[in-house]
Amino acid sequence: MKTALLWLACLVTPYVSCAGEMLRVAVASNFYPTLQSLSNTFSQKTGIGVSLSSASSGTLYAQIVNGAPFDLFLSADALRPRRLQEQQLILAGSRKTYALGKLVLWIPGQTEPTIQRLQDVSGRIAIANPRVAPYGSAAKQVIEHADLWTQLQGKLAMGNNITQTYQFVRSGNAAAGFVALSQVVKSAEQMLIVPQAWYQPIEQQLVILKRTKQQQLAQQLSDYLLSEPVQRTLATLGYWQAGSVIP
Amino acid sequence: MSGMDINALLLTVKLAALTSIILIGISVPLAWWLAHWRSPAKSIVLAILALPLVLPPTVLGFYLLISFAPDTWLGQSWLALSGRQLAFSFEGILLGSVIYSLPFAVQPLHNAFEQLNPRFVEVAKTLGLNRTQQFMQVILPITRGSFFTAAGLSFAHTLGEFGVVLMIGGNIPGETQVVSIALFDHVEAMAYEQAHALALVMLLFSLCLLTVLYRFNSSRISLWK
Repeated sequence: MKTALLWLACLVTPYVSCAGEMLRVAVASNFYPTLQSLSNTFSQKTGIGVSLSSASSGTLYAQIVNGAPFDLFLSADALRPRRLQEQQLILAGSRKTYALGKLVLWIPGQTEPTIQRLQDVSGRIAIANPRVAPYGSAAKQVIEHADLWTQLQGKLAMGNNITQTYQFVRSGNAAAGFVALSQVVKSAEQMLIVPQAWYQPIEQQLVILKRTKQQQLAQQLSDYLLSEPVQRTLATLGYWQAGSVIP
Repeated sequence: MSGMDINALLLTVKLAALTSIILIGISVPLAWWLAHWRSPAKSIVLAILALPLVLPPTVLGFYLLISFAPDTWLGQSWLALSGRQLAFSFEGILLGSVIYSLPFAVQPLHNAFEQLNPRFVEVAKTLGLNRTQQFMQVILPITRGSFFTAAGLSFAHTLGEFGVVLMIGGNIPGETQVVSIALFDHVEAMAYEQAHALALVMLLFSLCLLTVLYRFNSSRISLWK
């Protein structure tokens, strides 16, 4: 019995001791790898621990509305942060754009991918589900812009989010796909960075949730993500900077 | 409920029905063999067959996605045979469901065959019944309950399948968009009313199915052993 109690104490202690210094952040899956490295640097600098929970923006939104204990929410879009604001679940003035996503067309094996060439692709074209994923809705706009939606609709395979869409192409199951530049920024393959004029900007916004008991720490992380050096890093990782004027 | 939701419901029932038919076909000989096989290697075979119970469906789905690719032997031979791709197709999610629900079909049959008194079969043999007759006239009537359990559980388990189909399906209406995926889609899109309607239909349907299943088996074989 004694040993059991001792074990229990050991299990519980680390959480108790750092409970005041741990931020819980909900992050959209496309930004998860980026935030992992950014938050590591943040923790080293400030001593504030950050625990990340990643899922699609839609899932995280539903969890937050139903009481999930997050301090900060980094969405892949602006719609869900705005909804949370309307429901008065966020701290006033905390809704900020932290990055703008860039869409990429990837046709493996094709050195000069263009939207028109999608007509010749044999196999499925992967896009994120336009109904739930901002990168998917951007991809739909691009296909519509090229007047190919009715023609290509039957060839689409939809990932629930952009990470899954990437898996579809990467595994070779889809012959082409629209993914996020941030996912392929280190890839040596030729891809088309889709001109921004063909789709609405993918505004990724963050909010601090009202139920946070660590308002100051959350504000610190938000400020850090919007700071000049971090924003410059984002530009090298496949995003437009938050305040940038898009050509 | 929208046309899309009704399509998803029909597709789900079709998937579940085909999965249980195929599984009975595979599981009966497999379970019979297992029940009579004595070897130290048996435990590892049982463990492999039970893996889908324990593995997260997304892990299974991930392996399937990788092995469905057109440059693997599985993807390639399927493409050569049918001219179609396994990923993002009904055949693909059917294969996924069969693997995913395999333990639910094998285990009840295995239990029943192990408990079957071998004297019944011996007597049948001495009476001059051939193998088919032995099975149809002796084994099947005695173990009938476990057949219903196996088919019913595979059907029910496939209804609830989500992770595997999410990974390999590609959310294509009429092809791979089953109820669980359509429901998830509604939730993600914040269409909670549609989600509620679909969820309620699924809940009632599953409840009826399981009630029927328990009713059938209450006096014979328990579902969980």
